Amino acid sequence: MATEGETKPEPARREGLFRTFLNATELDIRILGMVGALLVIWCGFDIYSGIGREGEGTGLLGGFFLTPRNLWTLLVQTTPIAVMTTGMVLVIVMRQIDLSVGSMLSMLAVTGAVVQVFILGPSLGVGHPVIWVAGVVTCLVAGTLVGIFNGVLTAYLQIPAFIVTLGGLIAYSGIAFLLASGVTIAPMDKTFDVFGGGIPESWIGPFWSWMLGAAACALIIYALYNGRQKRRKFKFPLRPMWAEVTLGAIGAVAVLGTTWVVNSYPWPFNLIKQYAEANNVTIPDGVENTDGNAICMSAGDVVRCTDGLIYYTGYAVPVLIALVVGAAMTFLSSRTKFGRYIFAIGGNPEAAELAGINTKWVTVKVFALMGFLVGLSSIIASARLDAATNALGQSNELYVIAAAVIGGTSLAGGVGTVYGAILGALTMQSIQSGMQLLNLPAAFQNIVVGTVLVIAVFVDQLYRRRVK
Amino acid sequence: MDAPAKDAPLVELRNISVSFGGIKAVDDVTVDLYPGEVVGLLGHNGAGKSTLIKVLSGAYRRDAGQIFINGKEVHINNPRDAKNLGIETIYQALALADNVDAAANLYLGRELKTSWGLLDDAAMEAEARRVMGRLNPNFKRFKEPAKSLSGGQRQSVAIARAILFNAKILIMDEPTAALGPQETQMVAELIHELKRQGLGIFLIDHDIHSVMKLCDRASVMKNGQLVGTVNVGEVSDDDILGMIILGKKPAKAA
Repeated sequence: MATEGETKPEPARREGLFRTFLNATELDIRILGMVGALLVIWCGFDIYSGIGREGEGTGLLGGFFLTPRNLWTLLVQTTPIAVMTTGMVLVIVMRQIDLSVGSMLSMLAVTGAVVQVFILGPSLGVGHPVIWVAGVVTCLVAGTLVGIFNGVLTAYLQIPAFIVTLGGLIAYSGIAFLLASGVTIAPMDKTFDVFGGGIPESWIGPFWSWMLGAAACALIIYALYNGRQKRRKFKFPLRPMWAEVTLGAIGAVAVLGTTWVVNSYPWPFNLIKQYAEANNVTIPDGVENTDGNAICMSAGDVVRCTDGLIYYTGYAVPVLIALVVGAAMTFLSSRTKFGRYIFAIGGNPEAAELAGINTKWVTVKVFALMGFLVGLSSIIASARLDAATNALGQSNELYVIAAAVIGGTSLAGGVGTVYGAILGALTMQSIQSGMQLLNLPAAFQNIVVGTVLVIAVFVDQLYRRRVK
Repeated sequence: MDAPAKDAPLVELRNISVSFGGIKAVDDVTVDLYPGEVVGLLGHNGAGKSTLIKVLSGAYRRDAGQIFINGKEVHINNPRDAKNLGIETIYQALALADNVDAAANLYLGRELKTSWGLLDDAAMEAEARRVMGRLNPNFKRFKEPAKSLSGGQRQSVAIARAILFNAKILIMDEPTAALGPQETQMVAELIHELKRQGLGIFLIDHDIHSVMKLCDRASVMKNGQLVGTVNVGEVSDDDILGMIILGKKPAKAA
């Protein structure tokens, strides 16, 4: 390829294969490092959880971590934090902070629950379609309004965001307590619960999961092709063909691998049974096997077996929401004027203002977006629990900020990526659920997560200093 | 007065005052600028020249006075207003966003967009390559964040920004302060070129030699007040030094 090597005028051509690979594919080494760390954590937990229980674990390395069931649960558990952290990245990039997201989540979830359970439930009758729509709209609109409120106080009244949202952290949890009168509000509308991923209606099943996976692969290929056409049109250096193919292959393997994993997770025994009975599906006869995931009839009883009636979950709705949010936020931050302004403000607020950017308005919009995402997370979290409490989002602000920071967002502003933050959220959740799997006490989990946060930032800074 | 006369100044700052707390940083100062002219603003640190010019660029609000563009009074309340009037500023602190690349900085605030309303990075980079190729052919680092650029490269980006947006009035705040001799020469040639194109330029500088070389007139400030405005061709270096240091206006001042 004639244009190869033009991508960067390297001082010496005797660099390793890895460097050539990085330059050609233009992949971010820090993201590669994070993915590597995540894989090490996953494998470590799988091996460690299998020690002493040889032959029992069904994980990839003989343990209990790398099983479809655990990975599926991990994805669903990550979603509320992942959704919020995509907004937090932009807030931090703009040199602001939002400490109120945890309390805000509680407040919004309780508000949505009050609307569903106390206001609309009795008047419209349980299950009325207006109820879930009103619940969703309430959470999203209220979240956006609270975000605008935080943003206006920060941008126009010039109160530091740290103080505004610290006040919010305290005050919003108080409002949540008052609204809930300190009790758990349940149950939520059944259709609303689809957003939580805890019921069969919120699993899209293998067929649609494969369809979505195939569509995502097609999108990846199209994006690579389109990017190449654009570079050619403006006569910019092209990536070597092998790099394009490698990028496409990595993307496709990641998408299809994830799809395969979620399609390998069977419904729980009881749910298959309930579903079969409710829908008059004949349950085949078979031989009982307590390790099996399917159900069959044996001597007049419904029992577990290896060959029989089985359903697989596929992607859960909240995971799809998080993926869509991640894609949309990546797009917003890299392809739109709004995203460009956020980064410019983070890099040099004065220059941005002098360049004619309405920095105050951008600030309000970013906080509003953050509020909207908290509203979305509050829907997912309360739907998953099928209830709302005033403690639902407790400490979430810390996890959301930690996820963004582990994902490479600089608190000094100007630097950060949405996908990095989502990876950060996944890393943190992996550590937590891995330790739960090992039956370590919650206090110990906190110690480890805190330590990981500090080490991650330290390693990142070491890397940045070396690059300089 | 209201109709734009043929020989009306491009810019007139009339009786401008700005105070910070009790201190008058700019006290009743009047300066003007004609098309194709370079007016130097001179004075000690703290004489008020940067403050005065920031009133024109929209970074500061004036407390009193009027601004006329082509003889028409205008109201400049923020940098956006100034830009809409064709006023571009190249700041002393080299106001670039350090974390985004040269092309993004060139178009900051006025991004090119695709038909879908999205950022057209490729088109911006292509245009940046074209403009920078004319301005500073050695510049090749379009993809790197601005913080990795040298002082001269950053200054080229800042000047290219102003050119790209067809500024009519250019404010340059010590444009050569951070530059080497070759880059200074480049900026000087650029100023001559912009003058030929009919732009009006306010040049703020400490270096009275560069002012003598580049400017047509010089306005000298001291302690927030205007000492006087002189035609550079009619006075000596010493006259101007006297104005800066002693606040003494030479006899033949215009």
